[in-house]
Amino acid sequence: MHALAVLAGPGLDPVADVRRMLALHFMVNAFRAGTVVAVLAAVVGWHMVLRRQSFAGHTLAVVSFPGAAAAIWLGVSATAGYFAGSVAAALVIALVPRSSSGRPRSQESAVIGTVQAFALACGALFVSLYGGFLDSITGLLFGSFLGVSDGQVVTLAVVALVVLGVLAVVGRPLLFATVDGPVADARGVPTRALSVVFLLVLGCTAAEVSQITGALLVFALLVMPAAAAQQLTARPVLGLALAVALGLVVVWVSLAVAFYSPWPVGFFVSSFGFAVYVGAAAIRVAVRRRQRRVAAPADLAPVGGHGTAAVPA
Amino acid sequence: MSAAFFVLAHPFLESAFAAGTAIALAAGLMGSVVVLRGQVFAGDALSHVAFTGALAALALGVDLRLGLYGGCVAFGLLLALLGRRSAADDTVIGSAFAWVLGLGALFLSLFTTSSSGTGGDGTAGVNVLFGSILGLTGGQALADTVVALAVASAVVALGRPLLFASLDPAVAASRGVPVRALSYGFYVLLGVTAGVATQAVGALLLLGLLAAPAGAAQRLCARPVAALWLSAAIAVGAMWAGLSIAYVVPVVPPSFGILAVATAVYLATFARAAVTRRLDGTDTTADARDLVVAP
Repeated sequence: MHALAVLAGPGLDPVADVRRMLALHFMVNAFRAGTVVAVLAAVVGWHMVLRRQSFAGHTLAVVSFPGAAAAIWLGVSATAGYFAGSVAAALVIALVPRSSSGRPRSQESAVIGTVQAFALACGALFVSLYGGFLDSITGLLFGSFLGVSDGQVVTLAVVALVVLGVLAVVGRPLLFATVDGPVADARGVPTRALSVVFLLVLGCTAAEVSQITGALLVFALLVMPAAAAQQLTARPVLGLALAVALGLVVVWVSLAVAFYSPWPVGFFVSSFGFAVYVGAAAIRVAVRRRQRRVAAPADLAPVGGHGTAAVPA
Repeated sequence: MSAAFFVLAHPFLESAFAAGTAIALAAGLMGSVVVLRGQVFAGDALSHVAFTGALAALALGVDLRLGLYGGCVAFGLLLALLGRRSAADDTVIGSAFAWVLGLGALFLSLFTTSSSGTGGDGTAGVNVLFGSILGLTGGQALADTVVALAVASAVVALGRPLLFASLDPAVAASRGVPVRALSYGFYVLLGVTAGVATQAVGALLLLGLLAAPAGAAQRLCARPVAALWLSAAIAVGAMWAGLSIAYVVPVVPPSFGILAVATAVYLATFARAAVTRRLDGTDTTADARDLVVAP
């Protein structure tokens, strides 16, 4: 990064800067991969935020780290490791909980915490077994977009297309099940099967996002744009579009800034993502305040509490 | 027996075992209260803050522990303040943590680039994340032991009222227990625990040391005070076993050994419950726990 920053510091002409950046093949690949991941993360993240499954998403993302570390240790491609780790964890989460009703919530969170910490410990073990460079460990945890190969971009795009296809098929019933589980159940929607499918979708997405932001910063792309969009609108289609747009802006700006700075891309992605989220929350508060003054019902109803009743603890 | 043998063998193991025991004791006791209050996520939050705090201190050229304890305690107090408003939304919390961690990545990069000439390298970041209990110097180990023992005795001293306030805040408040002050105390202690545990098992894994022994203990016995001590015992046992494993098999990082043993114990409690259920057709532990914890 330093060599690059010195080699190609930003000039006065932004167009020339962008052109110079895109003349480098790895930057083109980074933008391609970032775009794929941003779109996928925004769409899946929107459903996830609505379903209140942020912590499941966080866990799945964390688990991709030992997956990737194990893959590197075994000499397999890290991409395969990311997917194997996250999808396996998604299956485990889908199988284990909610078997007994009325289990205290505190126990469940203890389980999640233990799983997360143990997964990270396994990652540390695999890295130690591999005995390789320390750079790779920070790359896996905090992301690196340098050296995304052509093959990786294709893999990311294919998986993203499949996941989005699945989501398009189950979209309507899934939304129904999310917003009002018991009613959807009564109407014959297979809510249990849908939640398993969604966890798998979430696992694939977490694995994809991990490859750009690193396992620890997946929230930045998975949650922040989606949560920001939900602050601004309750309408599904508009919200999804907004989430995708915000995600793309965050990724593109972060990649461009990171290219010209010595600091890690994960820092920029999480900072811009958080700024977008805080900005959206501020807009919502301002709009609400004005609404209260005018005292007229409007479209920008508060979204925050909608999913709570629908999703069982 | 074997542990005693190792301790005699190497001075660095002596400090690791001494500090590790005290830290496990503190984490086990504290974790029990954390799980009882359903605040494992606060441990998660503190693990992010611990990383960023420690690396901010390193990047600024201050002692690592200053940032570690400063960050964790300040954040603990913040959580206590926020805790007045009912459980905040997990999206907000998660986003804020992700950003804090992103800041940590920034400090890591600042530290590794600024001090590359003077011996600073990526190891510091990895040590903060995954711990380096075998690398503690005698002085550090002594300081950690003292801090951890102080936390442990504070938890024991506050024990009954703290458990009461955690289980049923409304009733406790009506019986004159200072629920609010206890809540502040709890978060400060949690912050200090996170700070001290980070040096043993690392910022990313301290959550496991808090959650696994306590979760296992609370599955095994329904009485909160007994669970408190059982949790401490499991944590200390996991610490000893993990350190021994790491000593015998050098490629295994000590943090992994400790976490693996703690997780195995937790897993065993689930297996035990399954077996009991199959044998007498009821899940007695879970029923008892439902009675105790149901709000």
